[in-house]
Amino acid sequence: MLMATMTPTLEAPPAARRGVWGWLTTTDHKKIGILYGSSASVFFVVGGIEALLIRVQLATPNGEFLSADAYNQMFTMHATTMVFLVIMPAAAAFTNYFLPLLIGARDVAFPRLNALSYWVFLFGGLFLTVSFFLGGAPDGGWFGYAPLSTQVPEVVRMDYWALGLIIIGLASLLASVNFITTIFTMRAPGMTLMRMPVFAWMSLVVNFLLLFSLPIITVGLIQVFLDRNIGTLFFDAANGGDPILWQHLFWLFGHPEVYVLILPAMGIVSEVLPTFARKPLFGRSFVIFSGIAIGFMGFGVWAHHMFTSGLGPVAESAFALTTMFIAVPTGVKIFNWLGTIWGGSLRLNTSMLFSLGFIAMFVIGGLSGVTHAAAPADWQQHDTYYVVAHFHYVLVGGAIFGLISGLYYWWPKITGKLLDERLGKWHFWLMMIGFNLTFAPMHILGLNGMPRRTYRYPEGLGFEFWNAIATIGSFLIGVSMLVLFWNFYRTRRRGEIAGPDPWDGRTLEWSISSPPPEHNFDQIPVVEREDDFWHRKYRTAEDGTAIAIEPPPNMEFERDEDIHLPSPSFYPVLAAAGMFLVVMGLVYVPWGLIAVGAGAVTTLWGLFGWSMEPITREEH
Amino acid sequence: MSIDTLAQEHPGPHDVSHIRKVAMWVFLGSEVLFFGSLITTFLLYRTRIGDGPGAAEIFDIPFTSVSSFILLMSSLTMVMAHHSASRKDWRQMRVWLVATAMLGIVFLSGQVFEFTEFVEEGLTVSTSPFGSSFFVLTGVHGAHVAVGVLLLLATALMSFTGRLRDGEGMNVEIIGLYWHFVDVVWIVIFTVVYLMQV
Amino acid sequence: MTEDEATWRRNRRLLMLLVLAAMLVVSACAGTDRLGLESVVSDDIPQNSLNPAGPEARQIDDLWWLVFWIATAVFVVVEAALIYMVVRFRQRKGEDRQVKQVHGNTKLEIIWTILPAVLLTVIAIPTVATLLDLRSAPDPSDNALQIEVIGHQWWWEFSYPEYGFTTANELHIPAGRQVYLTMTSADVIHSFWVPQLAGKRDLVPGRETNLKIEADEPGLFLGQCAEFCGLAHADMRLRVFASTEAEFETWALAQAQPANLPAAGPAADGWETFSAVCASCHTIDGTSAGARLAPNLTHFASRTTFGSATFANEEQHLRQWLADPSSLKPMRPELNDLEVGRVLGMPKLGLTEDQIDGLIALLETLE
Repeated sequence: MLMATMTPTLEAPPAARRGVWGWLTTTDHKKIGILYGSSASVFFVVGGIEALLIRVQLATPNGEFLSADAYNQMFTMHATTMVFLVIMPAAAAFTNYFLPLLIGARDVAFPRLNALSYWVFLFGGLFLTVSFFLGGAPDGGWFGYAPLSTQVPEVVRMDYWALGLIIIGLASLLASVNFITTIFTMRAPGMTLMRMPVFAWMSLVVNFLLLFSLPIITVGLIQVFLDRNIGTLFFDAANGGDPILWQHLFWLFGHPEVYVLILPAMGIVSEVLPTFARKPLFGRSFVIFSGIAIGFMGFGVWAHHMFTSGLGPVAESAFALTTMFIAVPTGVKIFNWLGTIWGGSLRLNTSMLFSLGFIAMFVIGGLSGVTHAAAPADWQQHDTYYVVAHFHYVLVGGAIFGLISGLYYWWPKITGKLLDERLGKWHFWLMMIGFNLTFAPMHILGLNGMPRRTYRYPEGLGFEFWNAIATIGSFLIGVSMLVLFWNFYRTRRRGEIAGPDPWDGRTLEWSISSPPPEHNFDQIPVVEREDDFWHRKYRTAEDGTAIAIEPPPNMEFERDEDIHLPSPSFYPVLAAAGMFLVVMGLVYVPWGLIAVGAGAVTTLWGLFGWSMEPITREEH
Repeated sequence: MSIDTLAQEHPGPHDVSHIRKVAMWVFLGSEVLFFGSLITTFLLYRTRIGDGPGAAEIFDIPFTSVSSFILLMSSLTMVMAHHSASRKDWRQMRVWLVATAMLGIVFLSGQVFEFTEFVEEGLTVSTSPFGSSFFVLTGVHGAHVAVGVLLLLATALMSFTGRLRDGEGMNVEIIGLYWHFVDVVWIVIFTVVYLMQV
Repeated sequence: MTEDEATWRRNRRLLMLLVLAAMLVVSACAGTDRLGLESVVSDDIPQNSLNPAGPEARQIDDLWWLVFWIATAVFVVVEAALIYMVVRFRQRKGEDRQVKQVHGNTKLEIIWTILPAVLLTVIAIPTVATLLDLRSAPDPSDNALQIEVIGHQWWWEFSYPEYGFTTANELHIPAGRQVYLTMTSADVIHSFWVPQLAGKRDLVPGRETNLKIEADEPGLFLGQCAEFCGLAHADMRLRVFASTEAEFETWALAQAQPANLPAAGPAADGWETFSAVCASCHTIDGTSAGARLAPNLTHFASRTTFGSATFANEEQHLRQWLADPSSLKPMRPELNDLEVGRVLGMPKLGLTEDQIDGLIALLETLE
């Protein structure tokens, strides 16, 4: 293992950058990544509590723990929170922190825009969450089907939902422009696109998906908001509007969104498996191209969410076929991961276990997905717990497992300390068992006829036993997360020092100290091949076995002379706060217009100040 | 290939102009889908006029043709502004920027006039899905023009006060990209909404 | 034992405690069946997509099992391969082994691209065939029974145009004969789903959708709304009674008869209340009550359930319903707005005990 000692390269940062003010004004992609990650963790607790409340309600028939009203808020907010405020920002956290490191850059293309994305996201999340305390949270489902979502304009809950998603979407859109530009323009010399680590590739695909899908749902959300507030007739069937339009707009976003959630995890798994199998990713270019193929095909399958809406047999057949064949590139990925571990030397630490768990669980989610693609079968499964089981296998067994794998993998790089492996294994096994206890029974429940989004079920339909099991499982997941948080806490205090390269890593982030210096690289690396850092440590013998290069390479470089780092800026958070005021005011029109005005002025002030301040500071 | 040539081929991190241009193109890619969705909504609803007036009854094609022509001309002045900027003729550039903004304002005034006319003739956002989708589509486009006008005027002003020396040419080019895009979208809207009546 | 391990043991005990506590919380929150629901459903008549009771549901079931077994085979192969590799290639304690650096194999890539594609084609062909068959309009020779369905928040309206009557929540069909539903919605999107008879189909306002259903044998089949439709979505249930052709004919002719209002007695008092209060939303055919915002009650007593097939049609439940409907089923009558046609449930009418007695007496006569 490489043990190049890293001399501290940065003098202590100026006082102005410490403390709360430092975090509020930071434009450092690593700090912003940490902010994204911390916020996602907090929202994960919120969404998790919502999930547990749902499971308590459903533990027994005729549950009376929650009212129907409270239940509808819970499942709406559980989904909205987990999708928009947990998985997306958690992926954004890794992208923020590691994308520049993986491609050998000192920051993203637009550091202040990056900060703005984060703050708009955070305010959007808070905006959605405060609705619980202001007359009730959104209760029309995360999919907000019109005309249910437009039916009762005098109850503002769905205004919170529409506006919240609009600004969270805006945050993601800005981030996607930023990341795409970063990948296209900021790569280190020699870092050709095909040499980019797979995680960076998947980020690129994800951000293109966001770039092209977010505007579509934004249009839909604007239409919902206007229908509710100024009397437009987009979804008013009595006056010629068409509720099915909403479904098209929503799922044209919603299905690519599924890949937005899963592809970062696939990217992480594609980094973790080679590292801990001590082999390069099998069929690397096939993994990348199948990711791109999934991205493209992801825009051609949306109507499989609408097999029961009445599209007509031709459209239903067409979407059944496209949906089936998106399984092909997905399968290619899985087989290549298996090819990666074949013949490897597998270090079964927690990160690796979660990646292997990802494969095991994602296969189940993928296969149950194929059963929906058979459209007539979907007419039975649609909107039942079978679907709930399916997408939790994809989004928890898939996305969340992958993200947690990334967490154990990159935590030492971020904090400089290793997470405790024993606690980590408890976390993995508790979560694995809890997860399967919770969601495997839901397959059976759905096929037995239990619909989703029902706050109670009568006795005698045969739903009792499996619901009880699912509830027990959900609490096991809860316990496993407590173990994770305990691990964070303990490790911060007395974790093992990680060193720059604890895993014998393959990619550039492991060539610098843990945590990385503010400017990332003393010298921008010049990349000669994929997995460049690994090739500096190893050569391959005739039979293809890796042989460590002796002596280990010197990873200390002289600092570049002119390192430009982005200055901290207060304007992003100011502009974002203004947007919060705007949406808050829009909920309570007409008197809220005062807040709208104040918010608009604040945002303009932020943007004006922004365009006037110098961008970078020279580092000495 | 030697490392040196690689390093030269790669645009350095300080090539801000290149980076911003890429970002604007990426952003406009998103805008295509945004307007695409709005236009699709309009196409779905253009015959659903309920009891209200339809396209043939209210559109004043000659009037809108003139205002479309004005907007089109503003792309020409925008090109001139960019041309002046690339010759570092800042005074000339400011003139063209303001001219572009003025043409934009004329177009917007035309739109406001047109909207008032339509409302008087009985077409509002809540008359019919046709009305809803017409006003939202053209209104959102108008908002884009307005943002463009603000950007143009702000750039001209900042150039005038000397707060924007080094980056001027580049900023004008990026705003130009945006402005041309908004014009092109209008050509599509004008064709689809006004000319292709059913 | 190191200090570390001692802490560890303590932690493990704590974990176990937490799990136990969680289970206790859950069992403490158990609901009770105060609503007579157990008399409405039982395991004998499951709402189960894997027990098809008619040709449409059976066709879907056949397709499902085909896909299921193919998926299961893939599942077994992939998971077995994964487990085998993890066991075989795991790094043993103290082992530090470098391995052969393999970058890929194009032949393998081609194989595992084509193989899934072939499997999917095997699924795709019967999928499309089943789909086209089930989505086709019924053959005229099948002499399908036409029924119109309108979804409401939160109940079902069923009309039999051939017989000229309307009923609610309990659908009667002749066994062995195809039934063709033409459906729409009065408010938001609902979805008609009786798993033993067919897949689900949405009821979309402003659109018409169709569904073929058929029961092989007489019997009772349960269903419920499958598209989230607001507060009482869970309580928007329905029941389908399939009977012999003759029994169905008898039932339908009886349903087509107008009601006979009693001339005197408590039921007559009940009619007073009904015409003054209930008639603004409900219909009783053959009387002055003709509003269509709520279920048609002409033959209410012939139904086994009420409240959208959620509560047993028994006096105690009816009494509670009339006194305070939202105490049985969550609704939002305070947001009713008849001008825009928005009906979100039956309001609490503030009826006296006497009025309720009268109404129950009236309803019992509506056979």
